[in-house]
Amino acid sequence: MNLHAPLPPESAEAANPVVRLEGVGLRYGRAAEVLRDIDMSLAPGSFHFLTGASGAGKSSLLKMIYLAQRPSRGLVSLFGQDIATTPRRGLHALRRRIGVVFQEFRLLDHLSAFDNAALPLRIAKEAPEAYRADVAELLGWVGLGGRMHAMPPTLSGGEKQRLAIARAVVARPEIILADEPTGNVDPEMGARLMRLFIELNRLGTTVLIASHDQNLIARSGQPVLHLEGGRLREGV
Amino acid sequence: MVDAETFDAADWRPAPLLPARDGREKSLVLVVAVLSFLACLTVFVGVAADRAAGGWGRELKASATVQVRPSHGETPAESAARAAEALAAVPGVREARGLDKAEAEKLVEPWLGEGALPDDLPLPRLVAVELDPAAPATSEALTQALASAGVDASLDDHSRWLKEVERAGVVARTVAILACALTAACCAAVIAFATRQGLAARREVVEVLHLTGAEDSFVASLFQRRFAGLAFRSGLYGALAAALLAAAARLLGGEEGITPALPFAWIDLAAVLPCPLLAALTAAVSARRTAMSILGAEV
Repeated sequence: MNLHAPLPPESAEAANPVVRLEGVGLRYGRAAEVLRDIDMSLAPGSFHFLTGASGAGKSSLLKMIYLAQRPSRGLVSLFGQDIATTPRRGLHALRRRIGVVFQEFRLLDHLSAFDNAALPLRIAKEAPEAYRADVAELLGWVGLGGRMHAMPPTLSGGEKQRLAIARAVVARPEIILADEPTGNVDPEMGARLMRLFIELNRLGTTVLIASHDQNLIARSGQPVLHLEGGRLREGV
Repeated sequence: MVDAETFDAADWRPAPLLPARDGREKSLVLVVAVLSFLACLTVFVGVAADRAAGGWGRELKASATVQVRPSHGETPAESAARAAEALAAVPGVREARGLDKAEAEKLVEPWLGEGALPDDLPLPRLVAVELDPAAPATSEALTQALASAGVDASLDDHSRWLKEVERAGVVARTVAILACALTAACCAAVIAFATRQGLAARREVVEVLHLTGAEDSFVASLFQRRFAGLAFRSGLYGALAAALLAAAARLLGGEEGITPALPFAWIDLAAVLPCPLLAALTAAVSARRTAMSILGAEV
C-alpha cells in the first residue's frame, strides 16, 4: 500500500494496483467535502482495515471504490482503468470483479437466502448446475445451511450479515469491500467470518474492511487506513 | 416456509428477480385490456366497412344504366326495346332490359312522392344493363353499339359512384389503421409510465442488481419481460371480449351483422388473433426503451 507518496516503479504489484485514488475529493451537492485529497492504492492480494469515527467518510470511500459514487475530483482507478473515462456500459464488468458487504446488507427481501447468495453468479449468467452445490456449501460454511429457503425479513441481524458476506464472496471477486462485516454477529461468528476473509486473501483476493472494532483490528495485525476529518492517514 | 432438511440444491430453480406482482398492476391490466378491446372493435368495423365497400363496388362495376330518348317517331318503349336489343348483343353483357313506365316512376318516387307525376309528363326510359363480372363490356363498346343501332341515348357506367365507394373503402381502412395505431401509442405510453413507476418502486432492487454487476440491458430485460407478459394477458382479455361481442352481433344479425352497411363474417373473428402479440410487442419495446433511458441517466 502506498499513501501520499509516489509508487515505487520497481514494484510490479504496486505498479498495477487493484485500486488507486489520487487527489480524490467527494462532496454531496454544495456541502463541504466529506473526503479530501485522498491518495491511496491497494496492491493485489493486500489486506487492509479502514477505520475512523462515525461520519469520517468510510462508507463514502467504499462507495467510490465499488462504483456507487463518482468522485467530485481526482482520479479513481480500478484494475488499471480510470473510471472517469470508462463508459457506463463498461462499469458492470468492473463491478463483477468486486464483492461488497454493505453495512445495511441490502439483501433482496423477495428472494430466498439461497437466491440472494447466488445472485452474482446468476447475473454473470453462469449455469445454475455449475454453482448450486457451491452456493449451498458456502451457506453451510457461514452457518446458514438450515436457512437456505428463508426470506431475509425472517432472518436475524447476524444471519443477514452472514448472508450478505456469502453473496459478496460467492463469485470469487478479485477484491472484497466490507462495511462493518462483523458488527451484528457474536464474537465467535465474527472470528469465523474473519477467517473466511483471511482465507480468501491467502488465495489472492484483495480485502478492504471498514470497521470500528479495534479489538478485531488489533488481533488481525493487518495494516490500517485511518480516516479523520475526510483525510486519510496510515495507522497501525 | 420449507424446512431446512427439505432443501436440496439440485432442485433449486432461480426465482424471479423482480418482486411478485402488486395491486397496481391490476389497474394496468384493465387499461391495456380496454385498449385492446377498443382496437379489436375498430378492426372489426374496419374489416366490415371494407367488405361493404368492396361489395358495393363489385355491384356497380357489374352494371350500367342507359337513358334512352325516343327518336325516328318511335314510342319511348320502342326506343328502349331497340336499345336493349343492341346492348344485349355486345360481348360482356349478360342481360339488358328496358324498364317500363311503372319501374321508371318507382325510381323517382323518393324525390317526387308516390302518384305525384302527371300522366302526360314524359319520363326518360331507362335500360338496365347487367355486365359479366369476369369480363365486363367496356363503356366504349356499349356506346358504340347504341350508336350503331341509331339509338339516341346516354350511358351511365356508374364510374362516378364507383370512385366514391372506393374512396369510402379507403377512408374506412385508413381510419381503422389510424385508430389502431393511436391505441398502440396509448398502450405504449401507459406501459412507459408503468415502467417508470416500477423502476422507482423497485429502486433498491435495481441498485443491488447494478452493484452486483448487472448491465442496464439485463435490468431492462426484467421489466421488458414483466410488462410484455402483462400486456399479452391483457391483450388476450380485450381480444376475447371483442370477439364475444362480435360473435353475438353475428348471431343476432345473421350474415349482415348488426346492419347491412357493416356485414360481418365468422372468419373476421380471426382478426383479433394478433392482438395479444402486438400488445406484448408494444409493451416490450416501450418498457425496454423507458428502462434503458432512465438507467442510462444514472451514475
